[in-house]
Amino acid sequence: MKLPYQGAIDCDVHVTVPSSAALVPHLDDFWADHLTNRHIDRFPLTLTGNAPNLPISARADWRPAKGLPGSDFDMLRTQVLDNFGLRYAICNVMHGAIALFNADMAAALIKAVNRYVAREWLDRDPRLRGSILVPLQDIDHAVAEIERWAPDKRFVQCLFPVMGDQPLGHRRYWPVFAAAEKHGLPIAVHAGSTFRQAPSGSGWPSYHLEDYLMQSMAFEDTLVSFLTEGVFQKFPGTKLVFAEAGFTWLPTLLWRNNKVWRGARTEVPWIDRPPAEIIREHVRFTLQPVDAPDGAMLNRIFDHVGSDKLVLFSTDYPHPHFEGDDALPDGLSDDMIRRILIDNPLETYPRLREGADAGAAHSTKEAVP
Amino acid sequence: MNMPVLERDVQGKSKLSFVDCDIHPVQRSDKDLHPYLSARWREHMDNFGGHIRQGLIGQVMHPRMMAAGQRADAYPQRGGPPGSDLELMQKQHLDFNGCEIGMLVALARGGMEERNLDFSAALSTACNDWQLHDWVEKDRRLKAGIVVPQEYAEHAVKEIDRRAQDPAFRQVIISPKSSEPLGRRRYWPIYEAAERNNLVLGLHPAGISGGNASSGTGWGTYYMQEHYTFGTTTTGNLISMIVEGVFEQFPRLKVALIESGFTWAPALGWRMDKHWARMRKETPHLKRPPSEYLREHFWFCTQPMEEPETPGHLTEIIDWIGWDRIMFSSDYPHWDFDDPKYALNFKMTDAQRAGILRDNAKALYKLA
Repeated sequence: MKLPYQGAIDCDVHVTVPSSAALVPHLDDFWADHLTNRHIDRFPLTLTGNAPNLPISARADWRPAKGLPGSDFDMLRTQVLDNFGLRYAICNVMHGAIALFNADMAAALIKAVNRYVAREWLDRDPRLRGSILVPLQDIDHAVAEIERWAPDKRFVQCLFPVMGDQPLGHRRYWPVFAAAEKHGLPIAVHAGSTFRQAPSGSGWPSYHLEDYLMQSMAFEDTLVSFLTEGVFQKFPGTKLVFAEAGFTWLPTLLWRNNKVWRGARTEVPWIDRPPAEIIREHVRFTLQPVDAPDGAMLNRIFDHVGSDKLVLFSTDYPHPHFEGDDALPDGLSDDMIRRILIDNPLETYPRLREGADAGAAHSTKEAVP
Repeated sequence: MNMPVLERDVQGKSKLSFVDCDIHPVQRSDKDLHPYLSARWREHMDNFGGHIRQGLIGQVMHPRMMAAGQRADAYPQRGGPPGSDLELMQKQHLDFNGCEIGMLVALARGGMEERNLDFSAALSTACNDWQLHDWVEKDRRLKAGIVVPQEYAEHAVKEIDRRAQDPAFRQVIISPKSSEPLGRRRYWPIYEAAERNNLVLGLHPAGISGGNASSGTGWGTYYMQEHYTFGTTTTGNLISMIVEGVFEQFPRLKVALIESGFTWAPALGWRMDKHWARMRKETPHLKRPPSEYLREHFWFCTQPMEEPETPGHLTEIIDWIGWDRIMFSSDYPHWDFDDPKYALNFKMTDAQRAGILRDNAKALYKLA
């Protein structure tokens, strides 16, 4: 069904840097030289999962005539912000620099990407909000990047891919969670892989379809990582947003972890209450893709997980998940619709609650670091 | 959970009469296989031993919980690990609980993950002989599963063909911690042999801490965390088998998922269907939505039984999966063993209960 009213908050919209050459002006001389001399700037640094020829990379009417899906600002404004009557849209830029092994190069490029997003996207429409892409290859760089953008209140969360070097709850990442918690920034874990390991415990599959399907397994394992590592106890302000994860796998995860915890709790003594309770408090999921046949089944899932607060509206533009403007499944109650479109996102993002003032503070380019 | 047997309600002695789809027999030591190995392989076993993808010998790198993951009361008095003593198994479980038929899943020393392929061949044959002579012939309630090394398809096929006519063997057991996802074509000869011989394929999670990282996110830190990856690895193998078209190629193949739970299955079906539809042209060999292959070719054992916060949710999910697809399993002698008297504590009709406890397994495995 179509959105019944204006003012929804889209928590997963993709913007794409149109080319690596576009980043060069945002790099210092050292890295600008590397990019140009080594011809790195001739390739777009596109993650495998975002290959533009894949049918899942863009809905036909959302695919620009020229350039990469998600790279056209005017299309985003018309097709998403105006068309859905959004109050806010959170831009997630899943840039391929996260997959590089050279931590310094990645950090330089990611700084440039975040700057590009701020100048070329956030500056141009007060409804747009950003996610701080984080170079996780080196934790000092990662923290520095968060500290760099945290003062710009239009950045409302940090952004990680779900499949990196290690499960994201691991202690090596904790300085990042400390910084995120300090600034009241939720952590968005988004579908996508840096290909450090096979997507499954039995190795590498054959088809793109499998790569996509296996993303949800990575989300499950990531959630168990955050839980068992005690991230939610160490950083109680942590909010996770699983983006483009699907979520209909969640009931099994809650039930199984509740059960195993009873037998394994001596190993993880910091887990001081049933895992399902902890997860319901700290973790949210963007709506798309809706891995359920209809709204009626979705309602069953909400019952199984025991909460109506978990799902945040998203279109996942320009990825194709629905036809026309039918961004919501049929069969949801008015109350549930309002929760998904507005209340749950506002409860999740402190910076969105702070309201429209955030946009006014950064109308000049000087404010962008 | 580890609770002393004596605390159990004595009324458990009343005969439930069930089929247990997951019992783990274990050798007391390497020596139990010696009668079934040639001198060349006995010597190899002594001098070199197993070569698997794991950093520690004889132990996993995510140590298990109490009693090395076993029931503490299942350690036989005469020595040997839990599951190695038939008499204790009878006393504690088969007789005590009223087990009518027990399906053996012999994970240990079967060569399933042995990297020396010739050794893996010898081990699998020996392990199957051992199951037959040391277990099935001594207690007729027990049925064996043909252990095969999935990385050595040629031998696996020979071993399947060798055992297929013996009614002591009811399924083919392979390890899901394979070198590649199980749908990949290198494993197809095994499926061909299983289908041709009307044998069920039994998949049981394997908990070695080597090979591919247990998750696409990397290796976990804690056992509680690692435990969950048995489920996601199973999911990955299902996705692979279905999407690669194993069930188009082998339409009569039936798969039993042992110790993987089942409440996740409907959601996986929905997700596969949704995204297959968006990328359909990549897999023209799939003639039907993936969830249909899942619905038609898979059976699910109950252990570890999910425990939703609202028990009625379990009933609902089984409604979605099909009551004919669920089969009771205990996982004796592991620590998270499900007791047949207590594990099925959610709402169902008598017929549904009989199906889960007995009839579904009898139909699938063609047990009398």
